[in-house]
Amino acid sequence: MTPEAGFRLRHKHLLGIEPLDADEVRLILDTTESFLEISQRPIKKVPTLRGRTIVNFFMEPSTRTRSSFEIAEKRLSADSLNFSAAGSSVSKGESLIDTARNLEAMAPDMIVVRHSAAGAPHLLARVCRSTIINAGDGAHEHPTQALLDAFTMRQKKGRIDGLEVAIVGDLLHSRVVRSNIFLLKKLGAKVRVSGPPTLVPPGLHRLGVEVRTHMEEALEGVDVVMMLRVQQERMLGGAFPSLREYFNLYGLTEERIKLAHRDVIVMHPGPLNRGVEIAAEVADGPYSVILEQVTNGVAVRMAILYLLSGGVVGELAA
Amino acid sequence: MNWLLRGGRVVDPVAKLDAVRDVLVKDGKIARVAENIPVDNERVVDLKGKVVAPGFIDMHVHLREPGREDEETMETGGAAAAAGGFASIAVMPNTDPWNDSQSVTEYIVSQAKSRCPVNVFPIGCISKQGRGKELAEIGDMVKSGIVAVSDDGHPVSTSHLMRMALEYTRIFDIPVIDHCEDRSLSKGGVMHEGYHSTVLGLRGVPAASEEIMVARDLILAEMTGGRIHIAHLSTRKSLELVREAKKKQLRATCEVAPHHFCLTDAVVAESGYDTNTKMNPPLRDEDDRDGLLQGLADGTVDAIASDHAPHNRIEKEREFDQAPFGILGLETSVSLALDRLLHAGRVDLIRLVSLYTAGPARILNLPRGTLAPGAVADITVLDLDRRVQVDLGALRSKSRNCPYQGWKLRGAPVLTMVGGRIVFDDRA
Repeated sequence: MTPEAGFRLRHKHLLGIEPLDADEVRLILDTTESFLEISQRPIKKVPTLRGRTIVNFFMEPSTRTRSSFEIAEKRLSADSLNFSAAGSSVSKGESLIDTARNLEAMAPDMIVVRHSAAGAPHLLARVCRSTIINAGDGAHEHPTQALLDAFTMRQKKGRIDGLEVAIVGDLLHSRVVRSNIFLLKKLGAKVRVSGPPTLVPPGLHRLGVEVRTHMEEALEGVDVVMMLRVQQERMLGGAFPSLREYFNLYGLTEERIKLAHRDVIVMHPGPLNRGVEIAAEVADGPYSVILEQVTNGVAVRMAILYLLSGGVVGELAA
Repeated sequence: MNWLLRGGRVVDPVAKLDAVRDVLVKDGKIARVAENIPVDNERVVDLKGKVVAPGFIDMHVHLREPGREDEETMETGGAAAAAGGFASIAVMPNTDPWNDSQSVTEYIVSQAKSRCPVNVFPIGCISKQGRGKELAEIGDMVKSGIVAVSDDGHPVSTSHLMRMALEYTRIFDIPVIDHCEDRSLSKGGVMHEGYHSTVLGLRGVPAASEEIMVARDLILAEMTGGRIHIAHLSTRKSLELVREAKKKQLRATCEVAPHHFCLTDAVVAESGYDTNTKMNPPLRDEDDRDGLLQGLADGTVDAIASDHAPHNRIEKEREFDQAPFGILGLETSVSLALDRLLHAGRVDLIRLVSLYTAGPARILNLPRGTLAPGAVADITVLDLDRRVQVDLGALRSKSRNCPYQGWKLRGAPVLTMVGGRIVFDDRA
């Protein structure tokens, strides 16, 4: 299971989970273990990326992911720069490529990009020399989220292989579900997805997941329930009549959670819509690992930054 | 200048001719097609081993003039057409201003006459400014030379306006060309809705968005007796609807674009969100592509039309969501068809030639598309075995939005004649 010493990522960029193979995913998860330990020390800083410059290029609002990357960068001693659409030349009409080329002229080593358009990191990877890390692109992928989700599952359940995972909610607009499906299938989990048919994109079954219309069927006996946020800001309207009815049909309640395995863990990528996809009691309840996901997120991102900067297993500066 | 085109394999679908013949061109007209025509004082062009066909017609071109001369002009678009083997192009009215009035039509006709090496047949708007509200002055535009009407780029969203257009155009016996798209279904969509849009996280345009409008248009054509032509038809079911309509003898025709029979939505993924794979209608799936290939072979499809849509680099080098729809087509259409249809054994030569000549000529009522004596000497010469490689740097078009860079294809146009004048000659 553990990768051999000397094993490194074969990709220059992290554009998604889809292009990675299972060994690379395992490498990232194993490396995360080491970084989790660093985050628990009184002095949470290592010199690993000293002298490296990382740009956090966030073209879409983000709290969790951006802070998480920023903290990860600081703990690795990298120099980081935060750049967002508001208040920048983007609001003056500069194109994505021009903005990126200008940033790149300042010679960063890595660019962490969040963008509302699927494929934006791919466009940057074509025109930039820096390593591009996808921090969420439209409804396409959110690879670091899936990695921190998998890390949390492994931490709580001891394995991914053979786990039964239900992912419920707004599947159509979710980059989290796509990255999670790719990752979980690579590591041998069984995945069921559920949501109102108006929010289920076509062809999901071809990714090797079971699609269930009724949430209850998806929850039956599962080890992990992952709830997805209802992304009202991306909806064209009419996907469901009201938030109240949505909650009645697809909200995770204490009643419904009884359908799952008794040791189930409840996950959510945030931000939560309490009372829309998840009842407050469940979000705060004993099954919830939502805040641990956030904690693990920092360690996962440290591992990714380390590995993408050329880090090699067994050489980690402790 | 008079010409004797000697020894070529003459393919004329109208005359049902496919044989080695000489073609005599006199005063811009076809004078004779026969074996061993003796030379008088004509210039002789040896075409042994080549195919001599009526001048090809691309009935769906965005020439961008007037208004977007940064993307294409009469000169560059005309040179691209000539090099692509086209003696004639029909140009869509979504220019700036729209071709919705006699004065714009006259402008296009006069500019084309002096600046464009190939024949330009304008298509006028169905509705004023293509807004889909009220009919444009179609009669006036017909007087000035439009050969069809279309709001292409936009669908005709209300059934009432489509009914009016189909009824009103009966006065002039011209076709109504519809860009079939139910915008309530396609809203926000940037690629075909299916497995690949799901994986790529891009908003999809379902096939039904096109098919519903095709069905509506055919029903209205039956009701009104008008002539409907479906532009850039892209799905299997749309094709089946047209096939059924033709069985019922409706006045319905359709065209297919090369990208829809050469590519599928999988290339959006394979290319890593290359915006040169973004067009409207979008690249469909393998089953649709297969349906189109059948339709091209069995005669349901009347014409191959490129939907040549130049866009400047700045607009196309963007996020996939924000890039404009459309790709170039004039200079690659014929080689793609020869390679992927003829040499792939899908369509025979006479049918292929018909899709570029008699087919579109019949739809647009053009007295062209044949090499019958007396016809205008528009001629396209093909070298079926010429090996070509698509090189964006060498295109005549002013734009570069083309997904075929580096493609190796067998077969190419090598000479284009317009009214007895050679406008392109690459016989090597």
